[in-house]
Amino acid sequence: MAYGPHTAGERGRMLEALGIASVDALFEAIPPAVRASGLDLAPALTELELMEHLEGLAGQNRIDLASFLGAGVYRHHLPPVVDQLLLRGELYTAYTPYQPEISQGTLQTIYEYQSLLAELTGMDVVSASHYDGAAATAEAALMTCRATGREHVLVSRGVHPHYRETFETYFAGANLTFAEIPLLAGGPAAGTTDLAALERMLADPEHPVAGVVAGHPSVLGLLEPMEEIGRLAHAAGALFVAVVEPVGLAVLAPPAAYGADIAAGEGQSLGMPPQYGGPYLGIVACREALIRQIPGRLIGMTADLEGRRAFVMTLRAREQDIRRERAASNICTNQALCALAASIYVAALGPGGLHDVAATGAARAAELEAALATAGAPRLHRGAYLNEFAVRVPDAVAVHRRLLGAGILAGIPLAELEPGDPSLAEGLLVCATEVTTPAEIRRFAAALAAELSAPPEAVR
Amino acid sequence: MTVTGNPLQPTLFELSRPGRGAGTRLPAPPADALARLPASARRAVPPALPELNEATLVRHYVNLSHLNWSVDTGFYPLGSCTMKYNPKVNEWAARLPGFAALHPLAPDETAQGTLELLWRLEQDLAEISGMDAVTLQPAAGAQGELTGILMVRAYHRARGDAARTDVLVPDSAHGTNPATASMAGFRTVNIPSAADGGVDLDAFRAALGPTTAAVMITNPSTLGLFETRVVELLEMVHAVGALAYMDGANLNAMLGHFRPGAAGFDVMHFNVHKTFSTPHGGGGPGAGPVGVLSHLAPFLPEPLVLREPDGAFRLERAGERPTSIGRMRSFVGNVGILVRAYAYIRAHGPDGLREVSDDAVLAANYLKHRLAGAYVVPFERPCMHEFVASSTALKAATGVRTLDVAKRLIDKGFHPPTIYFPLTVDEALLIEPTETESLETLDAFVDAMLDIAREAHDDPELVKSAPHTAPVRRLDEATAARQPNLRWRAEPADDPPA
Repeated sequence: MAYGPHTAGERGRMLEALGIASVDALFEAIPPAVRASGLDLAPALTELELMEHLEGLAGQNRIDLASFLGAGVYRHHLPPVVDQLLLRGELYTAYTPYQPEISQGTLQTIYEYQSLLAELTGMDVVSASHYDGAAATAEAALMTCRATGREHVLVSRGVHPHYRETFETYFAGANLTFAEIPLLAGGPAAGTTDLAALERMLADPEHPVAGVVAGHPSVLGLLEPMEEIGRLAHAAGALFVAVVEPVGLAVLAPPAAYGADIAAGEGQSLGMPPQYGGPYLGIVACREALIRQIPGRLIGMTADLEGRRAFVMTLRAREQDIRRERAASNICTNQALCALAASIYVAALGPGGLHDVAATGAARAAELEAALATAGAPRLHRGAYLNEFAVRVPDAVAVHRRLLGAGILAGIPLAELEPGDPSLAEGLLVCATEVTTPAEIRRFAAALAAELSAPPEAVR
Repeated sequence: MTVTGNPLQPTLFELSRPGRGAGTRLPAPPADALARLPASARRAVPPALPELNEATLVRHYVNLSHLNWSVDTGFYPLGSCTMKYNPKVNEWAARLPGFAALHPLAPDETAQGTLELLWRLEQDLAEISGMDAVTLQPAAGAQGELTGILMVRAYHRARGDAARTDVLVPDSAHGTNPATASMAGFRTVNIPSAADGGVDLDAFRAALGPTTAAVMITNPSTLGLFETRVVELLEMVHAVGALAYMDGANLNAMLGHFRPGAAGFDVMHFNVHKTFSTPHGGGGPGAGPVGVLSHLAPFLPEPLVLREPDGAFRLERAGERPTSIGRMRSFVGNVGILVRAYAYIRAHGPDGLREVSDDAVLAANYLKHRLAGAYVVPFERPCMHEFVASSTALKAATGVRTLDVAKRLIDKGFHPPTIYFPLTVDEALLIEPTETESLETLDAFVDAMLDIAREAHDDPELVKSAPHTAPVRRLDEATAARQPNLRWRAEPADDPPA
């Protein structure tokens, strides 16, 4: 199937204008020794065949399960208006607004995105978007090094393991170092960042710390002592990076309120389906003082020659196409359409709607906690959570697998997500959102109760 | 900066009215839903987000969309960016519930459809590029570059060769190349191009040595020229133990004609929004898969998609391949974008993909031929999918610059080409028609360019003050940078810039 317009006659007219007999003449610059003679690929499909093929593949995925899976990616009610507006060709088939006179639509939507996320985070400056939560967090950590001139960053083990692994990759490349702040293994604050360990690590004269990074909620769903973490970081001359989840920010204190210098995070929950990993939305926001250090595009308000309000890409001297090897980052194409999805989603829900999404998720999660505790799986930690938490299930990996057979996706075993932490080995990380139904919670609890009460032989 | 008159479209915040559009999408939560949270963790003041009913919201975005130029609107010959048509069936495919609703941590046995698609895409990209293995993880071309250069670094270190500190980059390269080298901890050595626009072998020979980790070559180059000396260059690079990175931004020019891995490049990235028609989205999302020859395969980021002997598909487990450079981001990658790229490849098949390149190259040469004379065409030999023209002669004769030509094109109903890039050509216009534009569109564009050249002589002020018919005139970019206003505030007057 071809999408091009040319008829044989039109190709002939172009060839004739060029004075050549065949298009092959235009490829003669390719040395014969390395010239390819076609590709060994499956033959073309018609649109009908293609659609049947793709429907067949999509149909093999199991999306019919009762899912309690979160761990950084969350199912939410998606108002149909979000996707229908995203399908406006004028928006999704445009590119980076290099020509502002005919890109005011894209430019204003990004300015509005920056403004909406500034409201949610309490920050002054929001970048036009990054690839995802992991890359955004790594970029935020790199910012702390540029801003302080120091080369060592501390990351709480409560930050999503994929983010920490991404960190490791980015930091190795930049010849910077980082260390992980442990979580408390026991006590009332079990599972949250170990403040005493943080204090010791900040005091190490060998490694002056550029930034301290903590997640709120953490990957375990727990609320962290963010004010204390920020206070310790600042006392050591380090910057404080909060890794946030934006739906939660409708009800939780914003990063600016507890002293964060930079907020980073995953924006998927604002209007993007899970789609097995992306495209999502990397959020980076900071205080005014760090404006020259923030990577990625920024859109500013200005006026045209006649004084009419307009928007334009600004502070471009930080970017790779201007600054080349001295740029703040190599980022070029970002996730603009995902930022647009987030804006439409937030505007469609409004402050009340977003509050209700977060609050209903919290209520459903409390129901889930109670139901699972009754089934014999109490919480693993005692600290406060919003809508995600870990429960203790002996032999969690095997139980998780057997529940799958019953049509229940029972969150994720922490032994798989955090294999390095023995205190989490019996943990199952589960979450609820506003789309989790009471019936699904009852099914999960009943199946789990049956698992936990039956001897293993009987279950098989 | 003084703003006068009505804005083109009010912001979401200006359209907001307290109480508008409230409470229709979700059942109300229990009143005590948040009571179990400590008060100190709760937000003291609700965020000042806009309140809109749905009709107001829809009109807002539809009106904003009218202020945009796009591929769906008309010709968009933005060189290097490959603004080809984005087939609608690809949008349908990515939205199939089986693909869209799948959680990235779903167990492998529940994700077989997506895993099979990704595995097949890895195979297809390997065949197209002549590479031995492919990662789909990088989220965009620039992240693909970083992935590739970090693998180069890991390769040298694994051989105990830590002395290689330099990455050689031609001066015509995209800015992402040197920026990537810096992010990966290397020093960028800029190499001037030869007079014919190609790589200067002597300059490379002088710079290559035991400290060279890699060279980064865009082929075809950012001038739209195939690197005719590529075989000699690759030999020189490998002779000193360095690796050759190919920036695949322009792969769309040579599908089925040139396979970089088969020619000897060690590593390359793909820009699926350029070559494989995934939409540009106003600046993304893209995806930047990376292909490597077998000696770099141990270092690919994790997780790869694997096929088991029994035919089942699975994701590589964390730590399964200890030589991996690690993760570049969370989860597998921008899967929704990769679904679109896969659909495009399957719709075309091998002959269709070759025809894509044939038609793109034919269209570019046709435009170049017709524009020569009115504009300087610095490199006369056949171009690939794009070419550089220059307004130097026009500027000397009339004072009209490339920027003015670009803005006047807006009045004529076209998106301007890329301007002032590559940096190696004065007053550059980088023009890329793509394979999806009809002959009448190509001819109309040429007519407009020739018109502008005439206008520059007859009425230069008309051109210098363009655009005249766009939603706004030229913008005050200096004030935007000097007094940045980067977010809406209810009372901007109370908040002077820092």
